[in-house]
Amino acid sequence: MSSLTLKKKPARIIPGFHLSLGYTMLYVSLLVLLPLSMIFINTMSLSWAEFIAIISDPRAVASYKLSFGTALTAGLLNVVFGTIIAWVLVRYNFPFKRIIDGLVDLPFALPTAVAGIALTSLYAPNGWIGQFFDFKIAFTPLGIIIALTFIGLPFVVRTVQPVLQNISAEIEEASASLGATRLQTFTKVIFPELAPAILTGFSLAFARALGEYGSVVFIAGNMPMKTEITPLIIMTKLEQYDYAGATAIATVMLVTSFVLLFTINIMQWLANRRFVH
Amino acid sequence: MEHSTPIEQTVPNKGASTNKHAALQEPRFVRYTLTFIALAFLLFFIVLPLVSIFITAFQKGAQVYFDSITHPDALSAIKLTLTVVAIAVPLNAIFGVMAAWVLTKFNFRGKNLLLTIVDLPFAVSPVIAGLVFVLLFGAQGLFGEWLFANDIKIIFALPGIVLATIFVTLPFVARELIPLMQAQGTTEEEASISLGASGFKTFWHVTLPNIKWGLFYGLILCNARAIGEFGAVSVVSGHIRGMTNTMPLHIEILYNEYQFAAAFAVASLMSVLAIITLVIKDIVDWKSKSV
Repeated sequence: MSSLTLKKKPARIIPGFHLSLGYTMLYVSLLVLLPLSMIFINTMSLSWAEFIAIISDPRAVASYKLSFGTALTAGLLNVVFGTIIAWVLVRYNFPFKRIIDGLVDLPFALPTAVAGIALTSLYAPNGWIGQFFDFKIAFTPLGIIIALTFIGLPFVVRTVQPVLQNISAEIEEASASLGATRLQTFTKVIFPELAPAILTGFSLAFARALGEYGSVVFIAGNMPMKTEITPLIIMTKLEQYDYAGATAIATVMLVTSFVLLFTINIMQWLANRRFVH
Repeated sequence: MEHSTPIEQTVPNKGASTNKHAALQEPRFVRYTLTFIALAFLLFFIVLPLVSIFITAFQKGAQVYFDSITHPDALSAIKLTLTVVAIAVPLNAIFGVMAAWVLTKFNFRGKNLLLTIVDLPFAVSPVIAGLVFVLLFGAQGLFGEWLFANDIKIIFALPGIVLATIFVTLPFVARELIPLMQAQGTTEEEASISLGASGFKTFWHVTLPNIKWGLFYGLILCNARAIGEFGAVSVVSGHIRGMTNTMPLHIEILYNEYQFAAAFAVASLMSVLAIITLVIKDIVDWKSKSV
Protein backbone atom coordinates (compact mmCIF):
# COMPACT_ATOMS: atom_id res chain seq x y z
CA MET A 1 0.00 0.00 0.00
CA SER A 2 2.70 2.44 0.97
CA SER A 3 4.53 1.95 -2.32
CA LEU A 4 1.30 2.71 -4.11
CA THR A 5 0.84 6.03 -2.36
CA LEU A 6 4.44 6.89 -3.11
CA LYS A 7 3.91 6.27 -6.79
CA LYS A 8 0.90 8.54 -6.83
CA LYS A 9 1.52 11.94 -8.31
CA PRO A 10 1.77 14.77 -5.80
CA ALA A 11 -1.54 16.57 -5.29
CA ARG A 12 -2.03 19.44 -7.70
CA ILE A 13 -1.49 22.72 -5.88
CA ILE A 14 -3.09 24.91 -8.52
CA PRO A 15 -6.88 24.62 -8.50
CA GLY A 16 -9.32 24.44 -11.37
CA PHE A 17 -7.93 21.44 -13.23
CA HIS A 18 -11.23 19.59 -13.53
CA LEU A 19 -13.23 22.74 -14.22
CA SER A 20 -10.94 24.07 -16.95
CA LEU A 21 -10.34 20.65 -18.51
CA GLY A 22 -14.04 19.86 -18.48
CA TYR A 23 -15.00 23.21 -19.91
CA THR A 24 -12.35 23.04 -22.64
CA MET A 25 -13.27 19.49 -23.62
CA LEU A 26 -16.98 20.29 -23.71
CA TYR A 27 -16.43 23.44 -25.77
CA VAL A 28 -14.19 21.83 -28.40
CA SER A 29 -16.35 18.70 -28.53
CA LEU A 30 -19.54 20.62 -29.22
CA LEU A 31 -18.10 23.31 -31.45
CA VAL A 32 -15.21 21.61 -33.27
CA LEU A 33 -15.27 17.81 -33.05
CA LEU A 34 -19.00 17.16 -33.42
CA PRO A 35 -19.37 19.58 -36.38
CA LEU A 36 -16.25 18.28 -38.14
CA SER A 37 -17.25 14.65 -37.62
CA MET A 38 -20.39 15.41 -39.64
CA ILE A 39 -18.22 15.61 -42.76
CA PHE A 40 -16.98 12.07 -42.27
CA ILE A 41 -20.36 10.70 -41.15
CA ASN A 42 -22.11 12.15 -44.19
CA THR A 43 -19.38 10.92 -46.52
CA MET A 44 -19.77 7.45 -45.05
CA SER A 45 -23.38 7.38 -46.31
CA LEU A 46 -22.02 7.50 -49.86
CA SER A 47 -20.90 4.29 -51.52
CA TRP A 48 -17.21 4.09 -52.44
CA ALA A 49 -18.07 4.29 -56.15
CA GLU A 50 -20.24 7.37 -55.64
CA PHE A 51 -17.55 9.02 -53.56
CA ILE A 52 -14.86 8.36 -56.19
CA ALA A 53 -17.16 9.58 -58.96
CA ILE A 54 -17.76 12.90 -57.17
CA ILE A 55 -14.19 13.61 -56.20
CA SER A 56 -12.70 12.57 -59.55
CA ASP A 57 -15.12 14.65 -61.60
CA PRO A 58 -13.02 16.61 -64.14
CA ARG A 59 -14.31 19.93 -62.81
CA ALA A 60 -13.28 18.97 -59.26
CA VAL A 61 -9.88 17.71 -60.40
CA ALA A 62 -9.28 20.95 -62.31
CA SER A 63 -10.09 22.84 -59.11
CA TYR A 64 -7.62 20.78 -57.04
CA LYS A 65 -4.88 21.53 -59.53
CA LEU A 66 -5.75 25.23 -59.54
CA SER A 67 -6.05 25.54 -55.74
CA PHE A 68 -2.85 23.59 -55.15
CA GLY A 69 -0.86 25.35 -57.86
CA THR A 70 -1.91 28.88 -56.95
CA ALA A 71 -1.46 28.27 -53.20
CA LEU A 72 2.01 26.82 -53.85
CA THR A 73 3.04 29.70 -56.12
CA ALA A 74 1.73 32.28 -53.64
CA GLY A 75 3.54 30.50 -50.81
CA LEU A 76 6.82 30.54 -52.74
CA LEU A 77 6.37 34.24 -53.64
CA ASN A 78 5.82 34.91 -49.95
CA VAL A 79 8.96 32.98 -49.06
CA VAL A 80 11.08 35.17 -51.35
CA PHE A 81 9.48 38.55 -50.72
CA GLY A 82 8.46 37.87 -47.11
CA THR A 83 12.05 36.97 -46.23
CA ILE A 84 13.36 40.09 -48.00
CA ILE A 85 10.80 42.24 -46.15
CA ALA A 86 11.67 40.67 -42.79
CA TRP A 87 15.37 41.20 -43.54
CA VAL A 88 14.92 44.84 -44.53
CA LEU A 89 12.70 45.55 -41.49
CA VAL A 90 15.22 44.01 -39.06
CA ARG A 91 18.52 45.12 -40.58
CA TYR A 92 18.04 48.45 -42.37
CA ASN A 93 16.71 51.86 -41.52
CA PHE A 94 14.44 53.94 -43.72
CA PRO A 95 11.72 56.55 -43.23
CA PHE A 96 8.31 55.47 -41.86
CA LYS A 97 9.76 52.08 -40.94
CA ARG A 98 7.47 51.62 -37.94
CA ILE A 99 4.30 52.33 -39.93
CA ILE A 100 5.45 50.04 -42.75
CA ASP A 101 6.23 47.32 -40.21
CA GLY A 102 2.71 47.66 -38.81
CA LEU A 103 1.12 47.52 -42.27
CA VAL A 104 2.55 44.02 -42.83
CA ASP A 105 -0.21 42.74 -40.52
CA LEU A 106 -2.97 44.33 -42.60
CA PRO A 107 -3.97 41.02 -44.25
CA PHE A 108 -4.66 39.62 -40.75
CA ALA A 109 -6.88 42.57 -39.83
CA LEU A 110 -8.62 43.40 -43.10
CA PRO A 111 -11.76 41.37 -43.89
CA THR A 112 -11.08 39.01 -46.78
CA ALA A 113 -14.04 40.30 -48.79
CA VAL A 114 -12.67 43.85 -48.52
CA ALA A 115 -9.25 42.67 -49.64
CA GLY A 116 -10.92 40.79 -52.48
CA ILE A 117 -12.79 43.74 -53.95
CA ALA A 118 -9.83 46.10 -53.47
CA LEU A 119 -7.36 43.78 -55.23
CA THR A 120 -9.87 43.05 -57.99
CA SER A 121 -10.44 46.70 -58.79
CA LEU A 122 -6.67 47.38 -58.75
CA TYR A 123 -5.67 44.46 -60.96
CA ALA A 124 -8.71 44.48 -63.30
CA PRO A 125 -7.89 45.36 -66.94
CA ASN A 126 -8.96 48.98 -66.37
CA GLY A 127 -7.66 49.19 -62.78
CA TRP A 128 -4.84 51.35 -61.42
CA ILE A 129 -2.29 48.56 -61.88
CA GLY A 130 -4.03 46.27 -64.38
CA GLN A 131 -4.11 48.94 -67.12
CA PHE A 132 -0.30 48.84 -67.41
CA PHE A 133 -0.26 45.18 -68.42
CA ASP A 134 -0.97 43.76 -71.88
CA PHE A 135 -2.37 40.57 -70.36
CA LYS A 136 -5.24 40.06 -67.95
CA ILE A 137 -4.34 39.64 -64.27
CA ALA A 138 -7.69 39.70 -62.48
CA PHE A 139 -10.11 36.92 -63.58
CA THR A 140 -7.18 34.58 -64.36
CA PRO A 141 -5.11 32.26 -62.14
CA LEU A 142 -2.64 35.19 -61.82
CA GLY A 143 -5.31 37.13 -59.95
CA ILE A 144 -5.86 34.19 -57.59
CA ILE A 145 -2.11 34.09 -56.92
CA ILE A 146 -2.16 37.81 -56.09
CA ALA A 147 -5.02 37.42 -53.60
CA LEU A 148 -3.36 34.40 -51.96
CA THR A 149 -0.01 36.20 -51.77
CA PHE A 150 -1.73 39.09 -49.99
CA ILE A 151 -3.37 36.72 -47.52
CA GLY A 152 -0.16 34.78 -46.78
CA LEU A 153 2.40 37.56 -46.53
CA PRO A 154 2.25 38.20 -42.75
CA PHE A 155 2.71 34.50 -41.97
CA VAL A 156 6.20 34.44 -43.50
CA VAL A 157 7.30 37.91 -42.36
CA ARG A 158 6.11 37.39 -38.77
CA THR A 159 7.77 33.99 -38.37
CA VAL A 160 11.10 35.01 -39.95
CA GLN A 161 11.38 38.44 -38.27
CA PRO A 162 11.87 37.33 -34.62
CA VAL A 163 14.39 34.65 -35.61
CA LEU A 164 16.38 37.19 -37.58
CA GLN A 165 16.27 39.56 -34.62
CA ASN A 166 17.65 36.89 -32.32
CA ILE A 167 20.62 35.85 -34.47
CA SER A 168 23.55 37.04 -32.41
CA ALA A 169 26.02 39.39 -34.04
CA GLU A 170 28.86 37.21 -32.75
CA ILE A 171 28.29 34.35 -35.17
CA GLU A 172 28.31 36.76 -38.10
CA GLU A 173 31.44 38.41 -36.74
CA ALA A 174 33.07 35.02 -36.32
CA SER A 175 32.19 34.10 -39.88
CA ALA A 176 33.54 37.40 -41.23
CA SER A 177 36.73 37.22 -39.18
CA LEU A 178 37.37 33.73 -40.54
CA GLY A 179 37.41 35.27 -44.00
CA ALA A 180 33.92 34.58 -45.29
CA THR A 181 32.46 37.05 -47.73
CA ARG A 182 29.12 38.61 -46.85
CA LEU A 183 27.35 36.28 -49.29
CA GLN A 184 29.05 33.24 -47.77
CA THR A 185 28.08 34.40 -44.28
CA PHE A 186 24.49 34.68 -45.45
CA THR A 187 24.25 31.33 -47.23
CA LYS A 188 26.33 29.33 -44.74
CA VAL A 189 25.56 31.00 -41.41
CA ILE A 190 22.41 33.10 -41.48
CA PHE A 191 20.24 31.14 -43.91
CA PRO A 192 20.49 27.79 -42.05
CA GLU A 193 19.27 29.62 -38.92
CA LEU A 194 16.34 31.11 -40.83
CA ALA A 195 15.37 27.98 -42.78
CA PRO A 196 13.06 26.39 -40.15
CA ALA A 197 11.22 29.71 -39.67
CA ILE A 198 10.87 30.17 -43.44
CA LEU A 199 9.51 26.63 -43.71
CA THR A 200 7.00 27.27 -40.91
CA GLY A 201 5.90 30.55 -42.46
CA PHE A 202 5.55 28.92 -45.87
CA SER A 203 3.45 26.08 -44.57
CA LEU A 204 1.16 28.38 -42.59
CA ALA A 205 0.66 30.59 -45.64
CA PHE A 206 0.17 27.56 -47.91
CA ALA A 207 -2.38 25.94 -45.59
CA ARG A 208 -4.31 29.18 -45.28
CA ALA A 209 -4.21 29.72 -49.05
CA LEU A 210 -5.59 26.25 -49.82
CA GLY A 211 -8.81 26.99 -47.95
CA GLU A 212 -9.09 30.71 -48.67
CA TYR A 213 -12.39 31.83 -50.11
CA GLY A 214 -13.33 35.46 -49.43
CA SER A 215 -10.50 37.25 -51.15
CA VAL A 216 -10.36 34.84 -54.09
CA VAL A 217 -13.99 34.70 -55.29
CA PHE A 218 -13.95 38.33 -56.38
CA ILE A 219 -10.67 38.26 -58.31
CA ALA A 220 -10.88 34.73 -59.71
CA GLY A 221 -13.63 35.13 -62.29
CA ASN A 222 -14.89 31.68 -61.19
CA MET A 223 -14.91 30.03 -64.63
CA PRO A 224 -15.44 26.25 -64.30
CA MET A 225 -12.31 24.27 -65.28
CA LYS A 226 -10.26 27.48 -65.47
CA THR A 227 -10.50 29.71 -62.42
CA GLU A 228 -12.73 27.78 -60.03
CA ILE A 229 -11.03 27.00 -56.71
CA THR A 230 -12.01 23.97 -54.61
CA PRO A 231 -13.80 25.91 -51.82
CA LEU A 232 -15.96 27.50 -54.54
CA ILE A 233 -16.95 24.03 -55.84
CA ILE A 234 -18.20 23.23 -52.32
CA MET A 235 -20.10 26.52 -52.26
CA THR A 236 -21.68 25.89 -55.68
CA LYS A 237 -22.76 22.38 -54.72
CA LEU A 238 -24.30 23.74 -51.51
CA GLU A 239 -26.27 26.34 -53.43
CA GLN A 240 -27.67 23.51 -55.56
CA TYR A 241 -28.55 21.61 -52.34
CA ASP A 242 -26.09 18.88 -53.39
CA TYR A 243 -24.99 18.14 -49.81
CA ALA A 244 -23.46 14.76 -50.66
CA GLY A 245 -21.29 16.32 -53.34
CA ALA A 246 -20.24 19.24 -51.13
CA THR A 247 -19.37 16.86 -48.29
CA ALA A 248 -17.31 14.54 -50.50
CA ILE A 249 -15.20 17.44 -51.82
CA ALA A 250 -14.90 18.79 -48.26
CA THR A 251 -13.52 15.40 -47.19
CA VAL A 252 -10.80 15.67 -49.82
CA MET A 253 -9.90 19.16 -48.57
CA LEU A 254 -9.94 18.18 -44.90
CA VAL A 255 -7.81 15.09 -45.44
CA THR A 256 -5.36 17.16 -47.52
CA SER A 257 -5.10 19.78 -44.77
CA PHE A 258 -4.55 17.17 -42.07
CA VAL A 259 -1.91 15.33 -44.09
CA LEU A 260 -0.27 18.68 -44.76
CA LEU A 261 -0.26 19.65 -41.08
CA PHE A 262 1.17 16.28 -40.17
CA THR A 263 3.91 16.54 -42.81
CA ILE A 264 4.74 20.07 -41.67
CA ASN A 265 5.11 18.93 -38.07
CA ILE A 266 7.46 16.14 -39.13
CA MET A 267 9.46 18.46 -41.37
CA GLN A 268 9.76 20.99 -38.56
CA TRP A 269 10.89 18.31 -36.19
CA LEU A 270 13.53 17.18 -38.70
CA ALA A 271 14.58 20.75 -39.42
CA ASN A 272 14.93 21.54 -35.73
CA ARG A 273 17.01 18.44 -35.25
CA ARG A 274 19.21 19.42 -38.15
CA PHE A 275 19.68 23.11 -37.41
CA VAL A 276 19.14 23.72 -33.73
CA HIS A 277 21.68 22.16 -31.46
CA MET B 1 37.70 51.80 -21.07
CA GLU B 2 36.36 53.12 -17.77
CA HIS B 3 39.31 55.43 -17.34
CA SER B 4 39.51 56.70 -20.89
CA THR B 5 38.54 60.25 -21.73
CA PRO B 6 35.46 60.89 -23.84
CA ILE B 7 37.57 61.66 -26.91
CA GLU B 8 39.55 58.44 -26.66
CA GLN B 9 36.30 56.60 -26.27
CA THR B 10 34.74 57.90 -29.43
CA VAL B 11 37.75 57.24 -31.65
CA PRO B 12 37.98 53.44 -31.24
CA ASN B 13 34.21 53.17 -31.39
CA LYS B 14 34.17 54.96 -34.69
CA GLY B 15 36.85 52.63 -35.98
CA ALA B 16 34.88 49.62 -34.83
CA SER B 17 31.71 50.79 -36.52
CA THR B 18 33.40 51.34 -39.91
CA ASN B 19 34.95 47.88 -39.60
CA LYS B 20 31.55 46.47 -38.86
CA HIS B 21 30.15 48.08 -41.97
CA ALA B 22 32.83 46.57 -44.17
CA ALA B 23 32.62 43.01 -42.86
CA LEU B 24 29.13 42.69 -41.47
CA GLN B 25 26.93 44.66 -43.79
CA GLU B 26 26.01 44.17 -47.37
CA PRO B 27 27.35 46.58 -49.98
CA ARG B 28 25.31 49.76 -50.24
CA PHE B 29 24.00 48.69 -53.66
CA VAL B 30 22.59 45.45 -52.22
CA ARG B 31 21.05 47.26 -49.26
CA TYR B 32 19.28 49.76 -51.48
CA THR B 33 18.08 47.09 -53.91
CA LEU B 34 16.63 44.92 -51.13
CA THR B 35 14.93 47.89 -49.49
CA PHE B 36 13.53 48.94 -52.86
CA ILE B 37 12.18 45.43 -53.57
CA ALA B 38 10.58 45.18 -50.12
CA LEU B 39 8.95 48.60 -50.32
CA ALA B 40 7.76 48.09 -53.91
CA PHE B 41 6.20 44.75 -52.96
CA LEU B 42 4.41 46.29 -49.96
CA LEU B 43 3.27 49.20 -52.14
CA PHE B 44 1.60 46.93 -54.71
CA PHE B 45 0.19 44.39 -52.28
CA ILE B 46 -0.69 46.37 -49.15
CA VAL B 47 -0.58 50.15 -49.55
CA LEU B 48 -2.30 50.59 -52.93
CA PRO B 49 -5.18 48.21 -52.09
CA LEU B 50 -5.75 50.08 -48.82
CA VAL B 51 -5.59 53.53 -50.44
CA SER B 52 -7.83 52.45 -53.32
CA ILE B 53 -10.59 51.44 -50.89
CA PHE B 54 -10.90 54.98 -49.54
CA ILE B 55 -10.53 56.69 -52.92
CA THR B 56 -13.14 54.47 -54.59
CA ALA B 57 -15.45 54.94 -51.60
CA PHE B 58 -15.48 58.72 -52.12
CA GLN B 59 -15.40 58.57 -55.94
CA LYS B 60 -19.04 59.57 -56.29
CA GLY B 61 -18.82 62.22 -53.60
CA ALA B 62 -19.46 62.47 -49.91
CA GLN B 63 -23.24 62.36 -50.35
CA VAL B 64 -23.20 58.90 -51.96
CA TYR B 65 -20.74 57.79 -49.29
CA PHE B 66 -22.97 58.78 -46.41
CA ASP B 67 -26.11 57.49 -48.15
CA SER B 68 -24.37 54.13 -48.61
CA ILE B 69 -23.36 53.71 -45.00
CA THR B 70 -26.67 54.96 -43.60
CA HIS B 71 -28.84 52.88 -45.95
CA PRO B 72 -31.22 50.68 -43.88
CA ASP B 73 -29.67 47.50 -45.32
CA ALA B 74 -26.18 48.74 -44.41
CA LEU B 75 -27.29 49.70 -40.91
CA SER B 76 -28.94 46.33 -40.32
CA ALA B 77 -25.78 44.61 -41.60
CA ILE B 78 -23.68 46.66 -39.17
CA LYS B 79 -26.07 45.82 -36.34
CA LEU B 80 -26.01 42.11 -37.16
CA THR B 81 -22.21 42.05 -37.35
CA LEU B 82 -21.94 43.79 -33.97
CA THR B 83 -24.45 41.36 -32.43
CA VAL B 84 -22.52 38.35 -33.74
CA VAL B 85 -19.23 39.77 -32.45
CA ALA B 86 -20.75 40.60 -29.06
CA ILE B 87 -21.72 36.93 -28.61
CA ALA B 88 -18.84 35.09 -30.29
CA VAL B 89 -15.84 37.06 -29.01
CA PRO B 90 -16.61 36.89 -25.24
CA LEU B 91 -17.40 33.18 -25.49
CA ASN B 92 -14.11 32.48 -27.24
CA ALA B 93 -12.29 34.71 -24.76
CA ILE B 94 -13.60 32.70 -21.79
CA PHE B 95 -12.78 29.50 -23.64
CA GLY B 96 -9.32 30.82 -24.49
CA VAL B 97 -8.52 31.56 -20.84
CA MET B 98 -9.87 28.18 -19.70
CA ALA B 99 -8.00 26.26 -22.41
CA ALA B 100 -4.76 28.16 -21.78
CA TRP B 101 -5.13 27.55 -18.03
CA VAL B 102 -5.53 23.79 -18.37
CA LEU B 103 -2.89 23.49 -21.11
CA THR B 104 -0.18 25.50 -19.37
CA LYS B 105 -0.67 25.01 -15.61
CA PHE B 106 -1.12 21.23 -15.62
CA ASN B 107 0.37 18.11 -17.14
CA PHE B 108 -1.99 15.39 -18.22
CA ARG B 109 -2.28 12.63 -20.80
CA GLY B 110 -3.53 13.75 -24.18
CA LYS B 111 -2.39 17.33 -23.67
CA ASN B 112 -0.80 17.56 -27.12
CA LEU B 113 -3.91 16.09 -28.69
CA LEU B 114 -6.08 18.71 -27.01
CA LEU B 115 -3.68 21.43 -28.19
CA THR B 116 -3.99 20.15 -31.76
CA ILE B 117 -7.80 20.11 -31.51
CA VAL B 118 -7.81 23.71 -30.28
CA ASP B 119 -5.72 24.64 -33.35
CA LEU B 120 -7.88 22.64 -35.75
CA PRO B 121 -10.17 25.47 -36.93
CA PHE B 122 -7.11 27.25 -38.35
CA ALA B 123 -6.55 24.32 -40.71
CA VAL B 124 -10.14 24.13 -41.94
CA SER B 125 -11.36 26.14 -44.91
CA PRO B 126 -14.00 28.73 -43.89
CA VAL B 127 -16.40 27.21 -46.41
CA ILE B 128 -16.11 23.85 -44.65
CA ALA B 129 -16.60 25.61 -41.30
CA GLY B 130 -19.96 26.79 -42.60
CA LEU B 131 -20.80 23.47 -44.24
CA VAL B 132 -20.46 21.46 -41.02
CA PHE B 133 -23.17 23.52 -39.34
CA VAL B 134 -25.46 23.09 -42.34
CA LEU B 135 -24.92 19.32 -42.00
CA LEU B 136 -25.86 19.54 -38.32
CA PHE B 137 -28.74 21.99 -38.31
CA GLY B 138 -29.81 22.42 -41.95
CA ALA B 139 -33.15 21.13 -43.28
CA GLN B 140 -31.53 17.81 -44.27
CA GLY B 141 -29.10 17.87 -41.36
CA LEU B 142 -28.77 15.66 -38.32
CA PHE B 143 -31.05 17.80 -36.14
CA GLY B 144 -32.95 19.31 -39.09
CA GLU B 145 -36.26 17.55 -38.58
CA TRP B 146 -36.29 18.08 -34.83
CA LEU B 147 -35.51 21.78 -35.22
CA PHE B 148 -38.24 22.12 -37.87
CA ALA B 149 -40.76 20.35 -35.63
CA ASN B 150 -39.93 22.69 -32.78
CA ASP B 151 -39.83 25.75 -35.04
CA ILE B 152 -36.24 26.65 -34.19
CA LYS B 153 -34.17 28.28 -36.91
CA ILE B 154 -30.39 27.98 -36.75
CA ILE B 155 -29.26 27.91 -40.36
CA PHE B 156 -30.14 31.04 -42.36
CA ALA B 157 -30.56 32.83 -39.02
CA LEU B 158 -28.51 34.48 -36.27
CA PRO B 159 -27.57 31.31 -34.31
CA GLY B 160 -25.97 29.75 -37.40
CA ILE B 161 -23.94 32.87 -38.12
CA VAL B 162 -22.81 32.99 -34.49
CA LEU B 163 -21.83 29.30 -34.50
CA ALA B 164 -19.84 29.60 -37.72
CA THR B 165 -18.08 32.71 -36.38
CA ILE B 166 -17.24 30.98 -33.09
CA PHE B 167 -15.78 28.02 -35.00
CA VAL B 168 -13.56 30.16 -37.21
CA THR B 169 -12.29 32.43 -34.40
CA LEU B 170 -12.07 29.75 -31.69
CA PRO B 171 -8.26 29.43 -31.44
CA PHE B 172 -7.31 33.14 -31.46
CA VAL B 173 -7.37 33.97 -27.72
CA ALA B 174 -6.07 30.56 -26.64
CA ARG B 175 -3.23 30.78 -29.18
CA GLU B 176 -2.09 34.16 -27.82
CA LEU B 177 -2.28 33.08 -24.18
CA ILE B 178 -0.69 29.62 -24.36
CA PRO B 179 2.92 30.64 -25.16
CA LEU B 180 2.67 33.54 -22.72
CA MET B 181 1.40 31.46 -19.79
CA GLN B 182 3.83 28.67 -20.66
CA ALA B 183 6.73 31.11 -20.30
CA GLN B 184 5.40 32.43 -16.99
CA GLY B 185 5.19 28.99 -15.38
CA THR B 186 3.25 28.22 -12.24
CA THR B 187 5.42 29.51 -9.38
CA GLU B 188 3.52 32.75 -8.79
CA GLU B 189 0.18 30.95 -8.64
CA GLU B 190 1.63 28.31 -6.32
CA ALA B 191 2.90 31.04 -4.01
CA SER B 192 -0.49 32.74 -3.98
CA ILE B 193 -2.37 29.50 -3.24
CA SER B 194 0.03 28.45 -0.50
CA LEU B 195 -0.43 31.85 1.14
CA GLY B 196 -4.12 31.05 1.39
CA ALA B 197 -5.67 32.83 -1.58
CA SER B 198 -8.60 31.13 -3.28
CA GLY B 199 -8.34 29.85 -6.82
CA PHE B 200 -10.44 32.66 -8.20
CA LYS B 201 -8.56 35.30 -6.21
CA THR B 202 -5.27 33.87 -7.48
CA PHE B 203 -6.48 34.06 -11.06
CA TRP B 204 -7.81 37.58 -10.65
CA HIS B 205 -4.86 39.11 -8.78
CA VAL B 206 -1.90 37.03 -9.96
CA THR B 207 -2.54 35.46 -13.36
CA LEU B 208 -4.72 38.07 -15.00
CA PRO B 209 -2.34 41.02 -14.48
CA ASN B 210 0.41 38.90 -16.05
CA ILE B 211 -1.57 37.97 -19.12
CA LYS B 212 -3.70 41.08 -19.64
CA TRP B 213 -1.86 42.38 -22.73
CA GLY B 214 -1.76 38.96 -24.37
CA LEU B 215 -5.45 38.51 -23.61
CA PHE B 216 -6.22 41.95 -24.99
CA TYR B 217 -4.27 41.26 -28.17
CA GLY B 218 -5.98 37.90 -28.61
CA LEU B 219 -9.35 39.64 -28.20
CA ILE B 220 -8.41 42.22 -30.83
CA LEU B 221 -7.38 39.54 -33.34
CA CYS B 222 -10.47 37.46 -32.58
CA ASN B 223 -12.62 40.56 -32.97
CA ALA B 224 -11.06 41.51 -36.33
CA ARG B 225 -11.59 38.04 -37.73
CA ALA B 226 -15.13 37.79 -36.34
CA ILE B 227 -16.12 41.10 -37.92
CA GLY B 228 -14.62 40.18 -41.26
CA GLU B 229 -15.47 36.49 -41.57
CA PHE B 230 -16.91 35.86 -45.00
CA GLY B 231 -16.74 32.28 -46.25
CA ALA B 232 -18.19 30.48 -43.24
CA VAL B 233 -20.89 33.08 -42.65
CA SER B 234 -21.74 33.13 -46.34
CA VAL B 235 -22.61 29.41 -46.22
CA VAL B 236 -24.94 29.62 -43.20
CA SER B 237 -26.47 33.05 -43.69
CA GLY B 238 -28.88 32.62 -46.58
CA HIS B 239 -28.16 36.23 -47.65
CA ILE B 240 -31.52 37.63 -46.58
CA ARG B 241 -31.28 41.37 -46.97
CA GLY B 242 -31.85 43.40 -43.86
CA MET B 243 -32.07 40.12 -41.93
CA THR B 244 -29.08 37.82 -42.15
CA ASN B 245 -26.53 39.91 -44.04
CA THR B 246 -23.40 40.77 -42.14
CA MET B 247 -21.17 43.63 -43.28
CA PRO B 248 -18.90 41.51 -45.53
CA LEU B 249 -21.95 39.86 -47.14
CA HIS B 250 -23.54 43.27 -47.68
CA ILE B 251 -20.33 44.39 -49.43
CA GLU B 252 -20.49 41.33 -51.68
CA ILE B 253 -24.08 42.04 -52.71
CA LEU B 254 -23.39 45.69 -53.47
CA TYR B 255 -20.27 44.75 -55.44
CA ASN B 256 -22.09 42.11 -57.47
CA GLU B 257 -24.77 44.70 -58.26
CA TYR B 258 -22.05 47.00 -59.60
CA GLN B 259 -22.70 49.54 -56.87
CA PHE B 260 -18.95 49.96 -56.48
CA ALA B 261 -18.99 53.29 -54.60
CA ALA B 262 -21.46 51.90 -52.06
CA ALA B 263 -19.55 48.61 -51.71
CA PHE B 264 -16.30 50.46 -51.10
CA ALA B 265 -18.00 52.87 -48.69
CA VAL B 266 -18.99 49.98 -46.41
CA ALA B 267 -15.58 48.41 -47.07
CA SER B 268 -13.91 51.64 -45.93
CA LEU B 269 -15.70 51.41 -42.58
CA MET B 270 -14.27 47.93 -42.13
CA SER B 271 -10.84 49.14 -43.25
CA VAL B 272 -10.89 51.84 -40.56
CA LEU B 273 -11.58 49.08 -38.03
CA ALA B 274 -8.66 47.10 -39.47
CA ILE B 275 -6.34 50.10 -39.15
CA ILE B 276 -7.47 50.66 -35.55
CA THR B 277 -6.69 46.98 -34.92
CA LEU B 278 -3.16 47.47 -36.26
CA VAL B 279 -2.62 50.59 -34.12
CA ILE B 280 -3.82 48.78 -30.98
CA LYS B 281 -1.52 45.88 -31.83
CA ASP B 282 1.40 48.27 -32.06
CA ILE B 283 0.52 49.83 -28.68
CA VAL B 284 0.12 46.39 -27.07
CA ASP B 285 3.49 45.26 -28.48
CA TRP B 286 5.08 48.37 -27.05
CA LYS B 287 3.35 48.03 -23.68
CA SER B 288 4.17 44.37 -23.25
CA LYS B 289 7.81 45.04 -24.11
CA SER B 290 8.07 47.87 -21.57
CA VAL B 291 6.45 45.87 -18.75
